[in-house]
Amino acid sequence: MQLFLEQMLNGIAIGAIYAMITLGLALVYGILRILHVAHAAVYTVGAYVGLAVFAATQNILLSAAGAMVSCAGLGFLIERFVYYPLLKYPPYVPLIGSIACLLAIEEICRLAAGPYILSFPARLPFPSFTVGGIVISSTLTAVYCISAGVLALLWFITTRTELGLAMRATSQDMAIASAMGINSHRIISLTFMIGSAVAAIAGILVGIYYNQVYPSMGAVPAYKTLALIVVGGLGSVPGAVLASILLGVGETLLIGYAGIPLPRDALAFIAMIAVLLWRPQGLLGSRG
Amino acid sequence: MSEYTITIGTLIAIQAIVACGLNVIVGYAGQISLGHAAFFGIGAYASALLTTAGGLSFWTALPVVLGITGLVGLFLGLPSLRLREDFLAITTIGINFIVVSIFQYVPFFGGALGIGGIPRIVLFGERIRGVSFFLLSAGFLAATLAICWLFTRSWSGLACFALREDETAASSMGVSPVRFKLTAFILGTAMAGLGGALYAHFMRFISATDFGFPMSVMILSMVVLGGMGTLWGPVLGALVLGILPEVFRPLTDYRMFLYAALLLLMIRFQPGGLLGENSLARRTFSRLKGGKS
Repeated sequence: MQLFLEQMLNGIAIGAIYAMITLGLALVYGILRILHVAHAAVYTVGAYVGLAVFAATQNILLSAAGAMVSCAGLGFLIERFVYYPLLKYPPYVPLIGSIACLLAIEEICRLAAGPYILSFPARLPFPSFTVGGIVISSTLTAVYCISAGVLALLWFITTRTELGLAMRATSQDMAIASAMGINSHRIISLTFMIGSAVAAIAGILVGIYYNQVYPSMGAVPAYKTLALIVVGGLGSVPGAVLASILLGVGETLLIGYAGIPLPRDALAFIAMIAVLLWRPQGLLGSRG
Repeated sequence: MSEYTITIGTLIAIQAIVACGLNVIVGYAGQISLGHAAFFGIGAYASALLTTAGGLSFWTALPVVLGITGLVGLFLGLPSLRLREDFLAITTIGINFIVVSIFQYVPFFGGALGIGGIPRIVLFGERIRGVSFFLLSAGFLAATLAICWLFTRSWSGLACFALREDETAASSMGVSPVRFKLTAFILGTAMAGLGGALYAHFMRFISATDFGFPMSVMILSMVVLGGMGTLWGPVLGALVLGILPEVFRPLTDYRMFLYAALLLLMIRFQPGGLLGENSLARRTFSRLKGGKS
């Protein structure tokens, strides 16, 4: 029982981290209808910049701020110079551009920092708990608190502010939104910057959680998060969060108990195809 | 020609066959597929198993291999009738990951060790290797191109173009989306199977990682770069993407970066492909002919 609860807690933490990566992807998909594979590269850059700033200053807050600012900049550049000019082409054209971006940025990380796995020796200023013999480490507490905070903040921005209203209007119909006086190009850039800054936080958390930062750390999340936004319902942000947490828990429990001989990366896709057969519009998607 | 050049040439010819198959599905029928390497792999594994464990020769195994990959293509083409574009793209990525992990984890397919000891192809009592293997692959490529050309001229091909341009209009004219989309899927995946069979007997050792998602991306990049929906586009794409890494080989560490950066630049500035509509090559060509593009 104790082991089960510990597995659950780990699963939720992994799910929460997936949710933070998937969110950016769901926001971008909702607004541009582009499968933003290069989002995983932004997340990798976030981990590297976070580690570099941390190594220089030993201050985790500065490191997070540095990573968020540089990732927001990177997201802005990708949007402005790769996606926006390719919007009028069929969807596979920006998709290939995105994959090329992912490869190029991964290579830049490898050339700049070397191909080895670096450790991220930061300790987060969060307390650890012991409840009924179950230890919740400070890293775990940090993952819970930070992801809950980020998700709440994003929920607030998208549903309760004027910026969120403009974002929703742009994602529903860009032409009409522009006609109503919304600067839709600026909204798109802002969406990219917000999503990329969140990916930076996810990158740092993954780096600390597994104590590993390496150039190809984005390769598997890049495609797994695609499956997650489909399961959640393409473009649905709450759906993406729900799907991420379900996958995190499901993966951890299945690997821990069922002893399924398939790697966990294939599991996400099997779950995705099962969900699509049952609800082709995704868990929380609407029929379009 | 050195052995090195012949090896690169043979691999390019094999990849061009696979890219032509993807072009039938994506370029002619307009169905996005990001898991084409799965069919390449199914062809390679089917031929490897039939010739090692099954004891058949390459030539008797080949029709069976084409049948198997075409059948799997038909089965996996079914979702395309139900799913919208982006869902289909991600579903095909999923199929690729699942197929690779089955190859990797089911002992029947050799598991993580792959399959080795695949026999050479025997033709007219000769074991095919080196230059003759290159010529054989080039011959199969020529046959594939001929089939593609015939397909674009046939009723099925025209029906596919009509469906690609406007599915609602085409089906109201009595063109069945089910029949022609599935025809394109069967034809395209069987071509990938042919490429897979050649690859297995050329390398004589295969493992699941050869057919992963990066390979699918590579094949799709060939089709898009060359010019989707054109006859020669996939061949040109396979040539460019096959030669580039070799040209960059002296740059060792910077090689993959330059490759990715060039891919990004090409897709950014020639999104219709090198031979596609309104491309630099096409415009120059029509200017030389003195016609209007």
